[in-house]
Amino acid sequence: MILTVDRVTKWFGEEPSRTYALRDVSFAVDHEEMLYIVGPSGSGKTTLLSVISGILRPNDGTVTVEGKDIWNLSVDALADFRLHTLGFVFQDYHLFPRLTTIENVAVPLVLRHVRWREALRKAREVLEVVGLPEKADLPPPRLSGGEQQRVAIARAIVAEPDVLVLDEPTASLDGDTGKRIVGFVKDRILNAHRAIIVVTHDDRIYEYASRIIHMEDGRIVAPAEAVA
Amino acid sequence: MSGVLSLALKLLLGDRGKFYTLVIGITFAVFLMMLMTSMFFGIIQHSAANIINIGAEVWVMDPNVQTPQNSIPMPNYVLDVVRSIPGVDYAVPLYLGGGLVRLENGNYQGATVVGLDDATLFGRPTLAEGRLSDIYRNNAFFVVRDANYAKLGSPRLGTTFEINDHRGVIAGIASVAVGSLFGLPTLYTTYERATQDLPSTRYVMSFILVQPKSPAAVAGIQRAVQALGYRALTAAQFTTRNDRFYEFQTAMGMNILIMTLISFVVGLSIAGETFYMFVLDNLERFGALKAIGARSSELVAMIFYQSLVVSFLGFGFGVLLASGLIAFGKWRIPNYAAVITYQNLAMALVMVLIISVVSAYIGIRRILRIDPFVVFRS
Ligand SMILES: Nc1ncnc2c1ncn2[C@@H]1O[C@H](COP(=O)(O)OP(=O)(O)OP(=O)(O)O)[C@@H](O)[C@H]1O
Ligand SMILES: [Mg+2]
Repeated sequence: MILTVDRVTKWFGEEPSRTYALRDVSFAVDHEEMLYIVGPSGSGKTTLLSVISGILRPNDGTVTVEGKDIWNLSVDALADFRLHTLGFVFQDYHLFPRLTTIENVAVPLVLRHVRWREALRKAREVLEVVGLPEKADLPPPRLSGGEQQRVAIARAIVAEPDVLVLDEPTASLDGDTGKRIVGFVKDRILNAHRAIIVVTHDDRIYEYASRIIHMEDGRIVAPAEAVA
Repeated sequence: MSGVLSLALKLLLGDRGKFYTLVIGITFAVFLMMLMTSMFFGIIQHSAANIINIGAEVWVMDPNVQTPQNSIPMPNYVLDVVRSIPGVDYAVPLYLGGGLVRLENGNYQGATVVGLDDATLFGRPTLAEGRLSDIYRNNAFFVVRDANYAKLGSPRLGTTFEINDHRGVIAGIASVAVGSLFGLPTLYTTYERATQDLPSTRYVMSFILVQPKSPAAVAGIQRAVQALGYRALTAAQFTTRNDRFYEFQTAMGMNILIMTLISFVVGLSIAGETFYMFVLDNLERFGALKAIGARSSELVAMIFYQSLVVSFLGFGFGVLLASGLIAFGKWRIPNYAAVITYQNLAMALVMVLIISVVSAYIGIRRILRIDPFVVFRS
């Protein structure tokens, strides 16, 4: 198992108006799996994704990634864990509008203290993988939504993370583009050393899932179902 | 770390508008601070003009004297006693006071009168016109050609006038190192003539100028003079005492200090405010960096670096602008008293560093509080 979530509970606010975003959630993800987390709005998908990526501390339960209980790490060790183990594609991309596309892609490498020149060289390779080499020197706001999404993916994979996390990757894309991008991620990025976790509403991309977890009201409602 | 810093620089330079506002704000603050403090140092330097121009190593004076302009006359026996102090090479009397000049056209004009020891002329100015020995001729005065020279009607050799109802004649035209602050023309004459013609008090000797045999003798001379009930100060000590007087016992020092503080506060608020806006605008970006895995210490370093870069740019431009204006002022206004010293450069630098650290601190507090969770919220 690359990632294990064990009885995780997360609430917001204080009694009596406390909202439970996650209640006793447990599941595991294996290498080479593309796991989907789906469910209605407010069911806790984003909260779950934040907890497993070391961004939002749960109130109870453990998250183990590659044998490490991540919520027992110090603040700096947790930052290092995110930097070295995870790749993020945020729903709103969160690209840096003042940097060029290629600089955006290089950021995780720069944070890992790779020299700029080397980081840019690697970033260019990855931009080629996502099919955007000719956009390298433009700032992201000059790119279309689908292109920005691909830049975000390039940035997420440039440092070759073991776990790739995507939040609503198709929310702001039209159906065809969305499908193409998710298909691309599955074909080109998923391998025997990796796992990919996708949060989505979008049933048009379910065909790419290895397994789907259904959430409702902070709980996993049906046991993880295997797809194809 | 250097990669992270250049990332910080790219983020900073990417926002041209804020970047320019920051640099201009700090430039403006540094400019004002430099101008205020150099005016102040200039004024103080000019107020010590007599100490510098006369150039004695040790000055003996009444203990209550604060500045060369306001002397308290001493009885003549003090001179004899000072001359007998071991370690004194020689000691001469100096008259430093004011006179009322009546010009040929009938107008009156105040003037500073320096009476030099007849035997040695110790403390004499450099002569541009006339001969030194002419000072011994009847009613002879040397006039200093400085910014206030025209107030005496730009006299020439041989021009006559009245001073305190005595006749005077210009026998030489002199130049000095530092112009006077007080807007009065300066006349030099002999001690004898000055003390006979000008004062109305019983005692007439303003200062005793002492040449010690060696620098090591100064301390002994100071003790002996103190035992006498008077005070002996080296030129440096007298200058400091004069400085303190203008800094703390006149309105001038306080006013300029307040103006300097105001420019500091203005600079701090412009820079602090703009930098905070910059940080707020980029909060999401910093949140994303945090989510991706930047350590808090790296974010802190980035913010500090950004604020230091704009501060140093602002400091450089501000100093350039202030020195440009001061140079221009000196060129156009002969009396313009402003000097840039290492002291006021250092002061402005310290203030800029404070501005930079405070702005960075405000930004850092905000950044450390952001929850990287924001990146998952739309
Ligand atoms: N910071 C927060 N403070 C308070 N409540 C929160 C916070 N974040 C999430 N919640 C609540 O937790 C619950 C789960 O939210 P979450 O964002 O995880 O849902 P989601 O499944 O991602 O929904 P969507 O599909 O709309 O993105 C919701 O009831 C939400 O209102
Ligand atoms: Mg969500």
